[in-house]
Amino acid sequence: MVDTNEILSLDELEAAGNIHTGRKHVLSILVENKPGVLTRISGLFTRRGFNIDTLSVGPTDDERISRITLTLDGAVHPIDQVTKQLHKLVNVLKIKDLEPSETVARELALFKVSCDGQTRSEIRELAEVFRGKVVDVGRRSIIVEITGERSKIEAFERLVRPYGLVEMIRTGEVAIARGREET
Amino acid sequence: MRAVDALMECLKAEGVDVVFGYPGGANLPTYDAFVDAGIHHVLVRHEAGGGHAAEGYAKVTGKVGVSFGTSGPGATNLVTPIVDAMMDSVPVVFFTGQVRTDLLGTDGFQEADTIGITMPAVKHSFMITDPRELPRIIHEAFHIARTGRPGPVLIDLPMDLSKADIAYERVTDVHLPGYQPRTTGNAKQIKQAARALAAARRPIIYAGGGVVAAGAADELRDLVRTGKFPITCTLMGLGAYPAPDEQWVGMLGMHGTRAANYAMDEADLICAVGARFDDRITGKLSEFAPRAKFIHIDVDPAEISKNIPAHIPIVGDAKQILGKLVDEYRALETDAGRLDPWWQRIHTWQERHPLTYEPGDGHEIKPQSVIEAIYRVTGGDAIVCSDVGQHQMWAAQYYHFPEPRRWVNSGGLGTMGFGLPAAIGAQMGDPERTTVVVTGDGSIQMNIQELATIKQENLPIKVVVLNNGYLGMVRQWQELFWQERYSHVDMNTFGGEEASPDFVKLADAYGIRGVRLTEAASLEDDLRAAFEAEGPAFIDVRVTRDEKVYPMIAPGEPARNMVG
Ligand SMILES: Cc1ncc(C[n+]2csc(CCOP(=O)(O)OP(=O)(O)O)c2C)c(N)n1
Repeated sequence: MVDTNEILSLDELEAAGNIHTGRKHVLSILVENKPGVLTRISGLFTRRGFNIDTLSVGPTDDERISRITLTLDGAVHPIDQVTKQLHKLVNVLKIKDLEPSETVARELALFKVSCDGQTRSEIRELAEVFRGKVVDVGRRSIIVEITGERSKIEAFERLVRPYGLVEMIRTGEVAIARGREET
Repeated sequence: MRAVDALMECLKAEGVDVVFGYPGGANLPTYDAFVDAGIHHVLVRHEAGGGHAAEGYAKVTGKVGVSFGTSGPGATNLVTPIVDAMMDSVPVVFFTGQVRTDLLGTDGFQEADTIGITMPAVKHSFMITDPRELPRIIHEAFHIARTGRPGPVLIDLPMDLSKADIAYERVTDVHLPGYQPRTTGNAKQIKQAARALAAARRPIIYAGGGVVAAGAADELRDLVRTGKFPITCTLMGLGAYPAPDEQWVGMLGMHGTRAANYAMDEADLICAVGARFDDRITGKLSEFAPRAKFIHIDVDPAEISKNIPAHIPIVGDAKQILGKLVDEYRALETDAGRLDPWWQRIHTWQERHPLTYEPGDGHEIKPQSVIEAIYRVTGGDAIVCSDVGQHQMWAAQYYHFPEPRRWVNSGGLGTMGFGLPAAIGAQMGDPERTTVVVTGDGSIQMNIQELATIKQENLPIKVVVLNNGYLGMVRQWQELFWQERYSHVDMNTFGGEEASPDFVKLADAYGIRGVRLTEAASLEDDLRAAFEAEGPAFIDVRVTRDEKVYPMIAPGEPARNMVG
């Protein structure tokens, strides 16, 4: 007979799971390229009350497989619950919760800013500082393309807003893991 | 051969012996194939009846149920059974007809976006776009429905593709790269769980429908007996552990026993197996089992820590895991005597608060006593299919299930109208066993047309209506929590005391023998006579009208505040 207290004390046990990490998460998801996959994923998020910050979908080097990159807030959702629910979808092949320090993330944004003869060059200069591209110039507006991390895009937005931001469009982030390992 | 003929071949290859369905325009080719297929197709009287029958069949046999409906309204009528099967993890494959591919998206006659409508409520679904894929997809559908956490799978088959000529070759394996349910539990975690059980002073095993689905009742009993642990089951888990029994503390949850709920409340370790901590179990979540650590065994990783964070999560098949857990626990050679004080406490609760009810005046029939009489008349050996309401809770409380797959009810969705059609599937799945429907005068009217199916298939099902002339469960809530402001719960449309409709006449119209029981003194004898007569019976029992289900955890309250 063994003294059970020597084996384990229940007080030592700690709860695992359902943890709010409090940071942004980038999930890289490989899915089968079949009709309705995106609906299944967005439907799951609606039903479970998960809020997606950004979502982008694109082909991979294998035409049968697509990659979905989505970002969500780990302060609002227990990320393990999100990934476990996603894994239940039959068409979802692989999910990676990308480690921020090990990940290169990029987003593309187009800004249509109003301008006149004088402000046009100011905006051009700003674009240059952000290594952006002027992709269209009109008499009363200018379109700038910026690529980078979310923070960079948001910084540019703050700078051009005072000139009059007519329109802005963002792709949502795509991300890839650093190093040799596959994302 | 035609795709639909291949469909029949696939059903046979899957070992399907009976299917439940209803024809229409878009599935005419399928129904043409039934003519020569040699598969027993049961024509139900409403698609929902067919869906629930397939569920009943699956719940009793553990095999995959199969249900057919046409496009549009046929498919939308199947939505309730689909959601029901999802909530209770029932393996059913639903085949729906669809309009021709050239009409898709044009609002063609009887077109409904079946895949879209059902998407959030299926384990998986397939839209057929290439008829050559149909055989492979059917086998994938059966595989998905049956394995892991079971559930409904839908196949939507456009009319033109179903007629297409294909070269059929028997499919022998499925390849689903994104679907690999985990079966074996992590060995280290299992060891840890055994040690936790050995260290616990106030442990309890909390078993759910997952134990039934996994066929793990033997392993569960082994664990419970080896450790001398108290055991409670959810509404869905009844029968997973043989009741009555010394270590059985009864069902837990909203209408569970005080002993079970208090034991959960005071436990230092709760071992949940195939159960999901639903709100009808936990009561107020923040005050649920405040002193407990949790072992959570489930085949669905997403259930673990969904409502209650687990301390020892174990993902996998309950049968395998429990088997190993017993071995690990035995190896620790723990002294069960350490649980004596815990058992004393539980026995005190059991003695002080047995399940009980006020006896009647000698004439009136108490609804609880009807269940007790059914239990005695059937020797505790029947399959009991229930509808939803007070009668369901009384059946769960007063019929003691000695084996799994004897108790068939809609637990998760709480679907009124489930019981009668489910009994059709249940009786066909286990033809020799007495099959009883316990229902209410409200629920029975939601799928009463299936009496015709019972007659047609000549099934000896015994339907017992606990007729209180009320939507009793709703009435109970209005009485207790809405200041007796009764709103639309009285079913006596003839006015006064006369219940309606006249069920005896109605049964007679369907060609089924009906009897009305109104006298407590002869209740058991009358029931016995009705049960012993050959063929189906419809038994309208007039019970105390305003009886309430007790005990009860009031909504939003913790378990320790049970009333009644
Ligand atoms: C389809 C459906 N509609 C409504 C409800 C809500 N509901 C739950 S119990 C109940 C009353 C059931 O009455 P009855 O079948 O007569 O059983 P009793 O409670 O009287 O035993 C109702 C309306 C439900 N569960 N299902």
